[in-house]
Amino acid sequence: MAVTTPHSAQPAPPPQQAPVNYSTRVDKVGLRPRIASATRAVIAIIIAFIMLIPVFWMGMTAFKSRPDAVSVPPKVFFTPTLEGFVSLFTQRRQLSEAEIAAYNERTDLSWADEIALLRGQAIIGESKFRGQLINSIIISAASTFFSVGFGVLAAYAFSRFNIPGKDDLLFFILSQRMLPAVVVTIPIFLMYREVGLYDTHLGMILLYTSFNLSFSVWLLKGFIDEIPREYEEAALVDGYTRLQAFRKIVLPQAVTGIAATTVFALIFSWNEYAFALMLTSEVARTAPPSIPLVLGTGGIEWAAIAAGSLIFLIPVVVVTFLLRQHLLRGVTFGAIRKG
Amino acid sequence: MATIHLQNVEKKFGEQFAVKPLNMTINSGEFIVLLGPSGCGKTTTLRMISGLEAVTSGNILFDQKDVTWLHPSQRDIAFVFQFFALYSHMTARENIAFPLQAQGMPRDQITKRVNEVANMLRIEHILKLRPGSLSGGDQQRVALARALVRRPAAFLMDEPLGALDAEFREGMRAEIKRLHIDQEATTVYVTHDQVEAMAMGDRIVIMSRAEVQQADTPAEVYHNPANLFVARFIGSPGMNLLEGVYESGAIRLPGRNAYEVPDRWRSALESSLPADGRVILGFRPEAVSLWETGQLGARVYADDLHGGYSMLHLELAEGVVIHARAGRDGNYPIGTPIGFDLEPEMVRFFHPETEQALNRGKAS
Amino acid sequence: MSDIRLQNIVKRFGEKVALNDVTLSIRDQEFFVLLGPTGAGKTTTLRVIAGLEKQNSGSVFFNDQNVDSLQPADRDVAFVFQQYSLYPNMSVYDNLAFPLRSPLRRVPENDIRQRVTSAAEKLRISHLLERKTAKLSGGEMQRVSIGRAIVRQPRIFLMDEPLSNLDAKLRESLRVELKHLQKTQGSTTLFVTHDQIEALTMADRIAVLDEGEVLQIGTPHDIYDRPATTFVAQLVGTPRINLVEAPLVDGKLRLADSGLHVEAPKNGKVPEQVLVGIRPEDVKPGSGSYRGQIVLTEPLGVETILHIRAGSQTLLSVVPGTSTFRLHEEVPFSLAPERIHYFDMSGARLS
Repeated sequence: MAVTTPHSAQPAPPPQQAPVNYSTRVDKVGLRPRIASATRAVIAIIIAFIMLIPVFWMGMTAFKSRPDAVSVPPKVFFTPTLEGFVSLFTQRRQLSEAEIAAYNERTDLSWADEIALLRGQAIIGESKFRGQLINSIIISAASTFFSVGFGVLAAYAFSRFNIPGKDDLLFFILSQRMLPAVVVTIPIFLMYREVGLYDTHLGMILLYTSFNLSFSVWLLKGFIDEIPREYEEAALVDGYTRLQAFRKIVLPQAVTGIAATTVFALIFSWNEYAFALMLTSEVARTAPPSIPLVLGTGGIEWAAIAAGSLIFLIPVVVVTFLLRQHLLRGVTFGAIRKG
Repeated sequence: MATIHLQNVEKKFGEQFAVKPLNMTINSGEFIVLLGPSGCGKTTTLRMISGLEAVTSGNILFDQKDVTWLHPSQRDIAFVFQFFALYSHMTARENIAFPLQAQGMPRDQITKRVNEVANMLRIEHILKLRPGSLSGGDQQRVALARALVRRPAAFLMDEPLGALDAEFREGMRAEIKRLHIDQEATTVYVTHDQVEAMAMGDRIVIMSRAEVQQADTPAEVYHNPANLFVARFIGSPGMNLLEGVYESGAIRLPGRNAYEVPDRWRSALESSLPADGRVILGFRPEAVSLWETGQLGARVYADDLHGGYSMLHLELAEGVVIHARAGRDGNYPIGTPIGFDLEPEMVRFFHPETEQALNRGKAS
Repeated sequence: MSDIRLQNIVKRFGEKVALNDVTLSIRDQEFFVLLGPTGAGKTTTLRVIAGLEKQNSGSVFFNDQNVDSLQPADRDVAFVFQQYSLYPNMSVYDNLAFPLRSPLRRVPENDIRQRVTSAAEKLRISHLLERKTAKLSGGEMQRVSIGRAIVRQPRIFLMDEPLSNLDAKLRESLRVELKHLQKTQGSTTLFVTHDQIEALTMADRIAVLDEGEVLQIGTPHDIYDRPATTFVAQLVGTPRINLVEAPLVDGKLRLADSGLHVEAPKNGKVPEQVLVGIRPEDVKPGSGSYRGQIVLTEPLGVETILHIRAGSQTLLSVVPGTSTFRLHEEVPFSLAPERIHYFDMSGARLS
């Protein structure tokens, strides 16, 4: 019997000083964890810096004048201008010497006209870019909404009900995603032309929805599988219908998965290039195929392309930022939901 | 077999104590159980003894040799984990042989040793199987064999029965204890299950909030708990505890009851209780004898059969329920008034603020 | 309140038969426990009664009314799950109010408030009403789950292992509370568990299930004192019943490899080979004509478990308090003759 409280002095036998191999595990030493964490932080900052250089570069180029944008060596310090944005959103014509002088006299010019004038140009109308941006917003928002909406319903059914041929169906749905866009664009083009869906918003929404749906069903099924059935069954027994239980119990808990799926679906339809290039022209053309086409009259308008890319980035960044809390949990695919 | 000394061993995570300075000697051949609720520091203590966790300060000695900063592999210990930690790609035999191979022991000697422990644990028939195809009990036997085969200086076990089904647990409990009796191996065993601790330990070290509450034999911690925590934690159900006020030889209890304190305890109470006389009266369910003219009265709250006996739950006043062990053939409808007495030798008193015990009695 | 009758219920999942012709009647206001190991069909039975699972054949009656065609919502039963069933995105109050707000009931908010408050008082969770359920401890969560069943004032309470995720001390106290509540409310309760102590301590009657079949129905005393099969005998009682093979020799049963023998049962034909069951509290060391060696003692405080070896058999014995027998000591012992159980080799009780 020799357990004592800490303070009652039970004389302990003096330790014999045997030769001892001291282990060198990091967690044993006071100073090392701090050095380690500082090192980790520095490395993380360096990596982040390297990764972000292209984005910075694009952001800078969007605000450069034409000569600055193509200067060698590249300029890091420059006078910012909205020239790129003006050439992105407008159509202009080259002015003659006389016209430039006349324009310089005018006092009714807008700031955009002034900028165009610096390059000896006058704005004669709006470019198609604004319309294409709006097309992009309509098509990607609608297709994301439908693919997530149908996806969550289908995923719920696959997760909860005993559907005959469930595994085969699930595989079939997945197989919709197996062929690369390049392979199927031509047949779809022919089909769409026949049924009148070519270059329509509806056509693009349908296409993106069906393309995203397979992915969203699989992703959401994983999330819904993680929500214990007992929640809904309790509601069923408590006097609610299946649909009410779904709305009041399942949906609030699937928010994480829905957010993750929304972002993935949105990114896909927002960035999609191949279908958009082949299946649209005037009416329903989205932004991605047209950004590289903003070519100037004399050489490539790098500033305008950068401006277009920058504007194009914003919606995805905003949505991802708004959903970031759900996403952080979502990207772990439900691993931390337990417990 | 080793004697293990812990000298002012402590562990802090940040400013938080995981284990407050702890002094303890584990004698050679002793079976010590570290018992407590989750987060009490028992597993951390075990892991410090094993070297899997570094101490914040203090020393750990195996047979007088300071091992505080030795690697686990240099301490000559065997660790048995809750989740078996068997290698799933190896057969049971390969699993058991693994630590010997690591020592570079000749092959025929390994075979001999493996056969010996397999015989001891009665697992010869499963040596060719992989862990995946074994039951939980057999997996834990293989894990034990892997620990035994090394003939280490000490066995450290972290809830080895925790992952087993209840039906295997009782049997494995007895098997481990029998093994210990045969081997006389110094063993430190961690559990949160007080029944397991009582059944297995030569001594039980009860921990709570990073501190040792009591360290003693099973009979002592059961009959003479050092404080309220131990009184509640040991026993199933725990000790009945009633708040009361001591006044001239008697304790006023809920439900207009009064308990006449036996003469021999009175001086202890009078010298140590707070001025207002508040005291906590404790007694085990088997200390209650039902008696029509008993000095205490209550109403039946519920009664239930436990197999060989019944447990009667008595309500003294709203929300104050005690448990009494009774014969199995009584019939006690809810609400029936009932009288009872307490076996004087088994009554314990506790200070309401320090929560320490104020008296001790015989342990059996 | 209502009684329940299950008539020849069969439930299959694919090829697997989960319930094989189960017939049970549960009386009004009864606390009825379904006891059995994992996979016995206990939970399936409960789910069939709730309407969460549709049986392949057979019928369920509440008060002689056939409810087979009713949806779960229309059966007016309350279900307490083992875990998870509190809605994490709602407060405790809203969780308790949720069943009352169902479109089926449309209880006015005033009544809801009153019923929730009174249930909360009964279960001592009044101070938790504003909390989010994620912030509760295990015991509090399970109290709220039970509260959600109580506010409904349903015909029947169905409980699926509601205590099994709680720690031992909490389980003990909730067990007593739940039993008291059931008795004072007089609610018909069907309670599923794999824990024999829960079954013995709480039930008015127990049905023991294994592999989809009912093995025995009876009061806790019936089940413990007259187990119908060796399976039931081993399932209830801790430590487990001693079960020894014994051939019939000269009118006595010789317990294998032990040098022990017991009288054969008096009535009925006794087979050549019998399984003899002796509960540990009926193995009484200290005096008697048998001798054995103590090979292990397990002092549990209130009682001590002794492992007594006779020949190559080890019998478990339980004695009250702290035993004075020492390890390796030779002790005389006796077996309580009137409490010995006899089974044939298939495990069925000999009358």
